[in-house]
Amino acid sequence: MATKKPSRIDVKKTYKLYINGAFPRSESGRVFEVTAKNGDFVANPALASRKDLRDAVTAARAAESGWSKATAYNRGQILYRIAEMLEGRSEQFESEISLTSHTTPAKAKVIVSEAIDRWVWYAGWSDKLQAVSGATNPVSGPFFNFSISEPQGVVAIASSDSFIEFIDAIAAAVVSGNTSVVLVPGGLAVPAMSFAEVLATSDLPAGVINILTGSLDELAPWAASHMDIDGFDITGIQKKKHGALKEAGAENLKRIHSFGSGKTPTRILAFMESKTVWHSVGI
Amino acid sequence: MTFEYAPAPESRSIVSIKPKYGHFINGSFVAGKKHFPTINPATEEILSHIALGGISDVDKAVMAAQKAYTKTWSKLSGKERGKYLYRIARILQERAREFAVLETLDNGKPIRETRDIDIPLVAAHFFYHAGWADKLDYAGLGHSPKAYGVAGQIIPWNFPLLMLAWKVAPALATGNTVVLKPAETTSLTALLFAEVCQQAELPDGVVNIVTGDGSTGSAIVNHPGVHKIAFTGSTDVGKKIARAIASTDKKATLELGGKGANIVFDDAPIDETVEGIVNGIFFNQGHVCCAGSRLIVQESVAEEIIEKLKVRMAKIRVGDPLDKNTDLGAINSKEQLVKIKELSAIGDVEGAERWSPQCNLSDKGFWFAPTIFTGVTQAHRIAQEEIFGPVLSVLTFRTPQEAMDKANNTPFGLSAGIWSEKGSRIFWASQHLKAGVIWANTFNKFDPASPFGGYKESGWGREGGKHGLAAYLKTGKETGAK
Amino acid sequence: MSFYGLVDGSEKSLIHFLDQLSGVDQVGAEARAAMLATRSIKTSSKKWAIETAISMVDLTTLEGADTPGKVRALCSKAVRPDPTDPTVPSVGAVCVYNDMVEIARTHLDSIGGKHVPVAAVSTAFPSGRASMEVKIQDTQDAIDAGAAEIDMVIDRGAFLAGNYGLVFDEIVKIREVCGDKAHLKVIFETGELVTYDNVRKASYLAMLAGADFIKTSTGKVAPAATPPVVLVMLEAVRDFYSMTQRRIGVKPAGGIRTTKDAIKQLVLVNETAGPEWLTPDLFRIGASALLNDLLMQRMKMSDGYYASPNYVTID
Repeated sequence: MATKKPSRIDVKKTYKLYINGAFPRSESGRVFEVTAKNGDFVANPALASRKDLRDAVTAARAAESGWSKATAYNRGQILYRIAEMLEGRSEQFESEISLTSHTTPAKAKVIVSEAIDRWVWYAGWSDKLQAVSGATNPVSGPFFNFSISEPQGVVAIASSDSFIEFIDAIAAAVVSGNTSVVLVPGGLAVPAMSFAEVLATSDLPAGVINILTGSLDELAPWAASHMDIDGFDITGIQKKKHGALKEAGAENLKRIHSFGSGKTPTRILAFMESKTVWHSVGI
Repeated sequence: MTFEYAPAPESRSIVSIKPKYGHFINGSFVAGKKHFPTINPATEEILSHIALGGISDVDKAVMAAQKAYTKTWSKLSGKERGKYLYRIARILQERAREFAVLETLDNGKPIRETRDIDIPLVAAHFFYHAGWADKLDYAGLGHSPKAYGVAGQIIPWNFPLLMLAWKVAPALATGNTVVLKPAETTSLTALLFAEVCQQAELPDGVVNIVTGDGSTGSAIVNHPGVHKIAFTGSTDVGKKIARAIASTDKKATLELGGKGANIVFDDAPIDETVEGIVNGIFFNQGHVCCAGSRLIVQESVAEEIIEKLKVRMAKIRVGDPLDKNTDLGAINSKEQLVKIKELSAIGDVEGAERWSPQCNLSDKGFWFAPTIFTGVTQAHRIAQEEIFGPVLSVLTFRTPQEAMDKANNTPFGLSAGIWSEKGSRIFWASQHLKAGVIWANTFNKFDPASPFGGYKESGWGREGGKHGLAAYLKTGKETGAK
Repeated sequence: MSFYGLVDGSEKSLIHFLDQLSGVDQVGAEARAAMLATRSIKTSSKKWAIETAISMVDLTTLEGADTPGKVRALCSKAVRPDPTDPTVPSVGAVCVYNDMVEIARTHLDSIGGKHVPVAAVSTAFPSGRASMEVKIQDTQDAIDAGAAEIDMVIDRGAFLAGNYGLVFDEIVKIREVCGDKAHLKVIFETGELVTYDNVRKASYLAMLAGADFIKTSTGKVAPAATPPVVLVMLEAVRDFYSMTQRRIGVKPAGGIRTTKDAIKQLVLVNETAGPEWLTPDLFRIGASALLNDLLMQRMKMSDGYYASPNYVTID
């Protein structure tokens, strides 16, 4: 962004947070610097605070009822819409990823293409999860008994600095109807906040995905101990720090998981709860 | 003359209880060092002395389980594992009466329940899981899902043998070996189950049973040779376990507490609803994690329901658990009785109205009359805390949404009941309730094919059905985890 | 008639009343009946139950092949079920077809059985398919012949077609014919009504129309007096009592053949309607073979060894 002499002066973007469908600055007023490989300044994303986290959780909880009860078809279409919006802005993401994750433009192009395809992959899951994870259970008695999987509620995500893993974590959490608060580290803040703009134009209800940029070490313990967060994807946290987070999360028996790379419905189901309903059968 | 039922006690001659028990490790009974008495809670008679397992006992059991896993159990095909489970199921059926009587003696629950519910479900659980052993490829967990190894299992006193079955059957079917600790007050049927393992010629060390108290359980949880923890019990202990294993690679399933909402709409089938309320809270003396301990009834029918409920409660036969006509047996322990009394006293203090039918309770043993509190609100502690006894809190609601809001207004999420004759409303309610098990026009039904487990602080994972297998098998998530 | 002040006799008010009744969940009702069937009735309570059950039996013969000889034999058995043991009570009633009432009454009177009433099945039993005039005449004939109890059948076709007013009016008319000369038992033929919801509706309909007893079945259709059907009817009489302060009787009939079956029925009564119903005035069991099994069980209890059918009379 800043390497070539422009024919005109760029209008640069202010990187803020994405909470409840809006783009507020951090209440703390803090920012951190993201630089390119050569050390050039790229942006000053917001350094989110625990109070920003608190607000994001409130927004996610408020959005839960509508999003979890939206039809699977509707959720699938919105996720597909995200892919459409991402596709239209792929060049922007390629350059941001290349710049901030210090990778070649060719590799960045592969990443963005894969990210778009992931959204398409997850979109298709919305109305197939029950076929894979549900069951009618042949109990010994005059009862119709079935199990379905439901979203857990609010899922926090501590993302790794990989854009693909960031997408995997979010899509896996929200496709089933969870709402999310995503903690984004380091340079990923730049494409992540551009991705927030994609979300804002994808018919996604406000509050379903909230994105906070900043320090995982600062925010993850607050997320782990937050009593109104149901699940926590800690894939982006180093393994040696998992124990402390899990200990903090035990207070409300938070579902805390981490995942390898790659896409799998197991990741979606990890943030779902199985509900079994019995009904008497008679005349 | 009126129709008084003469005493109809089940004979206890079918059981023979040894004066003292050791642990069951590596296929044999081994002597314990320290012992504590186990009593019949209906009479306070000392039935036997149970070994208090220490770290070294647990260590021996884990070593035996590890060895059995490596040397025999993991090398056996699913088909052959299944045949052992079928054998166990059949022997349990053959010895069902013996188990029922022993369970009633040790636990205090009525023989009608052990005979008609607990023990038949135990056998069914082994029979069901036996069939899974060679079909795990079709459980939706990927190709050839792998066992964890040694499962450490800690079970409660409310359904002693049934909880053993819920734990041991899926663990063995999926190819794990087991170190199990029964509850301190109810070890006898687990020790009798050890004999069943011997009769089934189950390879040594596949099932190990170490008796003891909380310290024994803690030794199992913290043993590095245990790869998976399965616990049923209180939410407090569940959280302790979650913390204890936080920095390890151990997996856990936790079946914890509940404060189940039993929701009655104005179009409910009233007589069956009253039965369902009774079954929801007075089944097993209310010592049920999924008990319908909060009755949330539509205000327009509340008076009628409560009136009918009181008439019905007056028919509950409280007394000798071995009597075949007893409906409500003894509270399992003095400690539990004290807890029930304390929480009920708080109900009084907070201004709820207490009612119990006239009951002649024995001076010996631990007893608590079936009790309801009316005029309870969400703000009452008896509407929030698990009493784990025959005590029902009655709340009212005006609109269906209000019923859902009250039902979900708890950190627990294990069970809920819905009573209505309107199908669409039942499905609406079952979608809105945040609970792992929902009974519509029934309550407290269990089946090995039906997954059981809770949302939120009621625990992690499911037991039973296809879903329960996932708790004992490595899935893609774990194998690919960072 | 006032119909207890609950309905005004119009079909509209009747339907309104029936519509506000709670439904019955089949699974729950059957589970409750099954649970009560596990009650273990032993020793002194069993002895009491057997004797009470004997006193509640409506000893019945309803065959095309019934003859005066057969009916007289039945009457003898009814008065003294066990000729060797005078402590055995007489049964609740003998139940016969219309044309056998006089024969039964005369014979009972002649053998010291004045206290045993004769019940007559009526209103074109068992199908109920006849004109109202015929049904009235049928009932009148039986009363004239000395029947103290009329076991009428409802028009199940009308009930299933939703013509509750017609069913109600028929009961009201037969009730008028009975006057103060005969108790009216109303038979639903629950095996044809099929659902427990229908059983509950029919129970209230009959009670409002003036029934003294509600009765499950004719004995000609299976299933008949299953425990859950009786449970639902007992709930109805219990709740009707709390509405009106009047106790209506219940008579299961059909399929109750063993002492065990009969004791299950008494347990249902005891734990549903309550002990107040444990009297022949409020509970009867329509049966024929049952009586001998009750007698054999009674012998076993008093003798201490198992009895043989050779020692009970087959009439």
